[in-house]
Amino acid sequence: MPVANIQVSETPLVLYALRRADDALILGHRLSEWCGHAPMLEEDMALSNIALDLLGQARELYSYAAKVEGKDNDEDRFAYLRDVRQYRNLLLVEQPNGDFAQTLVRQFFYSAFADLYWRAMMTSRDAALAAIAAKSEKESAYHLRHASEWIIRLGDGTDESHARAQAAIDHLWAFTGEMFAVDEGERALIHADIAIDPGSLRGRWLTTLSGVISEATLELPQTGWMQQGGRSGRHSEHLGHLLSELQSMQRTFPGQTW
Amino acid sequence: MVTVLERHSELRQRAWDAAASVVDPEIPVLTIADLGVLRDVVLDGDHVEVAITPTYSGCPAMNMIALEIEVALERAGFCRPKVRTVLSPAWTTDWMSEEGRRKLHAYGIAPPQASNSRRALFGEQAVACPQCSSADTELLSEFGSTSCKALWRCKTCREPFDYFKCH
Repeated sequence: MPVANIQVSETPLVLYALRRADDALILGHRLSEWCGHAPMLEEDMALSNIALDLLGQARELYSYAAKVEGKDNDEDRFAYLRDVRQYRNLLLVEQPNGDFAQTLVRQFFYSAFADLYWRAMMTSRDAALAAIAAKSEKESAYHLRHASEWIIRLGDGTDESHARAQAAIDHLWAFTGEMFAVDEGERALIHADIAIDPGSLRGRWLTTLSGVISEATLELPQTGWMQQGGRSGRHSEHLGHLLSELQSMQRTFPGQTW
Repeated sequence: MVTVLERHSELRQRAWDAAASVVDPEIPVLTIADLGVLRDVVLDGDHVEVAITPTYSGCPAMNMIALEIEVALERAGFCRPKVRTVLSPAWTTDWMSEEGRRKLHAYGIAPPQASNSRRALFGEQAVACPQCSSADTELLSEFGSTSCKALWRCKTCREPFDYFKCH
């Protein structure tokens, strides 16, 4: 049974699917950390349900990547037997839950993007990616609505919740630029009408954000500097800790099944 | 020739009926046919392949449903049936049958509304209470006991209830 990290043939298309799958898996795992700890029962269930949707999306994308790669890898091996540097998720999604405001701002930034992204990907020339997108966009619409309502409630709530929501926005803002960056391999897929150019969504993403943020009496930062690295495997220290928990069972008992 | 065709369509119907009898483990009053999850039954010789579509990407009931279909088909006399998952076209609550909506309502869950209004992000939704039919209701949580449901409360009879969300 393999204990070592798997080898992945990182062709542009495999990498493209893995990046989206990793976003969904890591964010889903972060949300699942709230299970049993959320401020109230309804929210506990909401966050767990969103986590479940994201896990489902990750599974579809990993299975697709495995099919494209055509080796021995499968969804489980991608999730459990890759090291930090082999993960290609956005730095945004691996950031710790922090307080409730931080979790919801992270979710809001991502869901506002994912909602536009999946809707655009429904027109991909790759039928499998288009089908995954059609499934995911319905879910992301609910995720966005849930997060938006919380941002308004927190921002337009008490002095304390307002201050925490604003602090979360200021803290996480530098991780949003990476959502719109593409490398050469991905650029080629965009030209082939397989991938989506995230840059083309930035204007609408900002419009979604501005509407909610202003209703919440909060403000978006003006600073332009953005942190990057996740897409090429250079992560913050937080991902290693997350993976050690997520992978502990397979690393300890390789090949173990229920 | 005619008898071969007749036998084929009769067998296929038997396979369809067996698969269609499987119920959703989380809402046991609904069959997968009521839900619109059962998409196709293909018969090739004596071999059956059933196509199902997931309601939500992460719906944990799908594995259970696939297993139950295999068991139901084997019980109906089909050897080694296969269950295939299709993503496209994506499942929608519009595929839920009228019978399904009626059963859902009788079970105490407000059925999905016919017109799909999820794009109106902060749009007003009006969901009637499945207990007392009052329209004076409010949303408590966007996500209820499962991902496909939201939690509502009736302001007339004060009962909380699940609403099967449009999708």
